[in-house]
Amino acid sequence: MPSDRRTDKKLSLQDAEARWRNLFLEAVAGNEEKYLVFLNEVALHLRGYFRKRLPQSGNDVEDLVQETLLAVHIQRHTYDSQRPLTVWMHAIASYKLVDRWRAHGSRELLTEPLEGDDEAIAFTDREATDARIDIHSLLARLPDRYRLPILHVKLNGISIAEAAAASGMSESAVKVGVHRGLKLLAKLIRSTQ
Amino acid sequence: MKTEELTVLLATGAGAVDSRVIERRIATALGWGVAFALILMVSLLGARADLLQALLLPKFWLKVVFAAALVAAGLMLLRRLARPGMPIGTAAWWATSPFIALWALALFVLSNATTGQRLGLVLGQTWMVCPWLIAMLSVPLLAGMLWALQAAAPPRPTLAGAGAGFLSGAVATLVYCIHCPEMEAPFVAVWYFIGIFVPTIVGAFLGSRLLRW
Repeated sequence: MPSDRRTDKKLSLQDAEARWRNLFLEAVAGNEEKYLVFLNEVALHLRGYFRKRLPQSGNDVEDLVQETLLAVHIQRHTYDSQRPLTVWMHAIASYKLVDRWRAHGSRELLTEPLEGDDEAIAFTDREATDARIDIHSLLARLPDRYRLPILHVKLNGISIAEAAAASGMSESAVKVGVHRGLKLLAKLIRSTQ
Repeated sequence: MKTEELTVLLATGAGAVDSRVIERRIATALGWGVAFALILMVSLLGARADLLQALLLPKFWLKVVFAAALVAAGLMLLRRLARPGMPIGTAAWWATSPFIALWALALFVLSNATTGQRLGLVLGQTWMVCPWLIAMLSVPLLAGMLWALQAAAPPRPTLAGAGAGFLSGAVATLVYCIHCPEMEAPFVAVWYFIGIFVPTIVGAFLGSRLLRW
């Protein structure tokens, strides 16, 4: 359970790698409970990761945590199971961080080194501020073929088959709609930052 | 929005994931790209008149092996550039070594030639069009590779675009071998290189715009 981790302040990178890799591999095989545990633990770690690199910007940190989680989700097919999971995840996080710096044109923040892969994984950073990202209002800007699948499957939690029946779309159109819709949301988030 | 809400949203209905999506897309792009490049080559250029005799000559197969080695290296490279956290590793070496081998061979041929022959060995008959024809044949391939990379998350979009251009140029070179009448290593070493370099640069430029995620 993720809440047990509050007491052990640090998890070594090796332990985190083994634990998250197992959770992730089960998740991509279809285990949604394991996936939720994975995402919540990783969210905690990412919060520490970004807070260390953006010490003065509280809201930015949570935005970046959410942007990275969304990217991890959308791109989870790009993980090569022969490679360490934490390396893949940190590559996504640092891409999103650099992307943010580029957008804000504040290159001076780049003084902090990006490679922190050998550091222990901190689980102490629990207090989350709300991110400015609002999925619900962004969702309203998507066309129905993306909006409805996300609304049904991701927000209301009904099955693909039920969502297909409710929206009058085929099951594969619902699946594609969820994936493309999330990609579009990520794009909207990037452009509104 | 709270992060706990987002993680629940992401996990809900997530289902299983196919980790071979990128490879399948690259294979599809390769299939269509080769088909279009062949159609362009046959309809605009035509196969070389002496193709059947050329098939018996080692110099012809040297060009084919050179281009095929670049295609293999390009595929390896692109697969790695498409994924976050993947080291490029030996792929960069595989992509450069065919050029090094060819340049060494070209220098050897040139050093054994008389001064009067050297310029002819480098320029051949078709140096003015060769790189541009290779670049033209690479267009459908590059379009396909950039489409394939839409399903990827390249941590360095410019480099991934360059990799897509390099692979496209290498495949186009392989197709171009069926048309190209030139047989001398110094010619291939200069003009095929430029022919692959052009789509690589175009790919890098397009990658920096189209492959951000």
